[in-house]
Amino acid sequence: MTSPGDEANGPADRDSSGRATYGIHWSESGDLRIELAEKLDVHTVPSLRAKIQEAVGSKTYKTLVVDLERVSHLDDFGALLISEIRQQAEAGGRGFSLARVPENVERILSLVHFDDESVCRPLPEKERPNILVRLGRASLGQFFNTRYMISFLGSSVLALLAVLVRPRLLRWGDTLTQMEKAGVDALPIVGLISFLLGLVMAFTSALQLEQFGASIYVASLVALAMVSELGPIMTAIVVAGRSGSAFAAELGSMRISEEIDALFIMGFRPTLFLAAPRIVAAMIVVPLLTLFSDIFAIFGGLVVGVTMLDLTPHSYIAQTMKTLTLFEVMWGLMKSMVFAALVAWVGCLRGFQTRGGAAGVGSAATSAVVSAIFLIILFDSVFAVIRSYW
Amino acid sequence: MTRDPIIQVERLAARYGDATILENVSFTIERGEIFVIIGASGCGKSTLMRHMLGLDRPFSGQVKINGVDIHRSTDEQFRRTLRNIGVLFQSTALFGSMTLAENLALPIVEYTRLPQKAVDQLIRMKLCMVELSGFESHLPSEISGGMKKRAGLARAMALNPEILFLDEPTSGLDPVISAEIDQLIRHINQSLGATMVIVTHDLGSIMNIADRAVMLDKKRRGLIAEGDPRTLRDSSDNPDVRRFFRREAKSESPAP
Repeated sequence: MTSPGDEANGPADRDSSGRATYGIHWSESGDLRIELAEKLDVHTVPSLRAKIQEAVGSKTYKTLVVDLERVSHLDDFGALLISEIRQQAEAGGRGFSLARVPENVERILSLVHFDDESVCRPLPEKERPNILVRLGRASLGQFFNTRYMISFLGSSVLALLAVLVRPRLLRWGDTLTQMEKAGVDALPIVGLISFLLGLVMAFTSALQLEQFGASIYVASLVALAMVSELGPIMTAIVVAGRSGSAFAAELGSMRISEEIDALFIMGFRPTLFLAAPRIVAAMIVVPLLTLFSDIFAIFGGLVVGVTMLDLTPHSYIAQTMKTLTLFEVMWGLMKSMVFAALVAWVGCLRGFQTRGGAAGVGSAATSAVVSAIFLIILFDSVFAVIRSYW
Repeated sequence: MTRDPIIQVERLAARYGDATILENVSFTIERGEIFVIIGASGCGKSTLMRHMLGLDRPFSGQVKINGVDIHRSTDEQFRRTLRNIGVLFQSTALFGSMTLAENLALPIVEYTRLPQKAVDQLIRMKLCMVELSGFESHLPSEISGGMKKRAGLARAMALNPEILFLDEPTSGLDPVISAEIDQLIRHINQSLGATMVIVTHDLGSIMNIADRAVMLDKKRRGLIAEGDPRTLRDSSDNPDVRRFFRREAKSESPAP
């Protein structure tokens, strides 16, 4: 191992780490001299720097000289080491200088702007904006968000009206694809969930109603609850999770890769081109899904009724038919059409609002589902109020 | 230059499905040189690069980096080899949810034992190297294309790897910024001694920085030329090569 240093004065400290070595000793003029040697790079510096800082910190000196003559290789990690030694010296109000800097080292030091005050000196702590500023920014953000939402609501309504007047404006191919994705592909999961829901509802209510000998009313309960409330809500929530998030993610990626801007420049209206097919598709297929959901739930209830309550399938169906009116079914389907429009609309809205990169797409999808579920419940309450004043 | 191969590509064949992209490609890259892979669009430059990085598996043949066959090495060997490699991807692949400083800090914090203050200072030096000082807390979406390329370069160099792969470092940039990036690449190559493997079509930058070049061709699915780009331009016996370097249209297909 090479040991750099003026042997006459004798090194005070000496250590090595990997291929890098250093020696510390006093020069004749009374300065503290650190001699660095060999490779100061990404592999050696992390373990060397603490040792050198400790050794230097334990000495009292006026001026610190770093001798680089024997450094064979240095990268920016090496520059970091030297810069940290300099900071240590200057923090104590002492002098600092470099000695015998080889040309290749000089080149790196100039590449990282070693002598530039703003780069290799510690940065003053950045001030966080105070609470009022942050509150103001957040409110402004909310305000613009709301404004965008209202303008998007307007343009979606206009797009849908335009489609009503001239159906040729709608891109039917895309609409059919979306109908398949949002509707047909969702049928198995909606069917399974509804069947189990009907089963559970019938089972829990049967325990109570049987005590009064009113077990036939299990059929009424399942049918009514499902058709007027749970069917539309449950289907809408499944669609929000499957398709609302997909709309937001798809349009969000299109937004950040400038595809939506490209559509706009080509003279298409992005709302009509992208949002309208999705909203229309959802409004067509979600009521159908809801109908399936009702049927599967009634079938689930029927299974419980026949196996546990000694009802015949015929009497169960007859009781169901007696309970349900056409109005009830249509009311449920109408609700589910509104929910579908809300889910698709808010999914597209969040997609169009996406900013930033991959993370932006993720939060757009999350926010689409959360907003959709909130809107579903909100509008369901509105419908309940309307019906109670009917 | 003394011969000290750092990357050896031997009889590499690349296929995606049934489509053969490259066949029987062999060349050697020496330590410390700036090596450029050129060729017309769609000739398999990026495919070759993906194979050299181990992102795609070759149909046959091998790629050795520092003597390690990266497609047949153990996981541990492969990881160790990767630590000697930095990549600037064509679309920069900066993480959009992180600031520039966080992007750079990610590999440094993972692979070195430095306290946060030292890492911060190191990042300032690195950003300064690529002329981006003061942009530590910007998100990639808030800076321009040229700045993103430079930030991507700084991240590729975070651990001062022996080999830097640069995929189209100057594409889509104005000539002045391209020249600045070329200069930066030269600087880094000279001062840090990194081997550079660059995929590009930028003729100006090829002439400015390349020590050696290989040219790929779509029809031949492999190399059609290898050597100093200036020599290739002036005295290649292959008309396709000369056309590429002189930026000429194919004479047999004039505009209708």
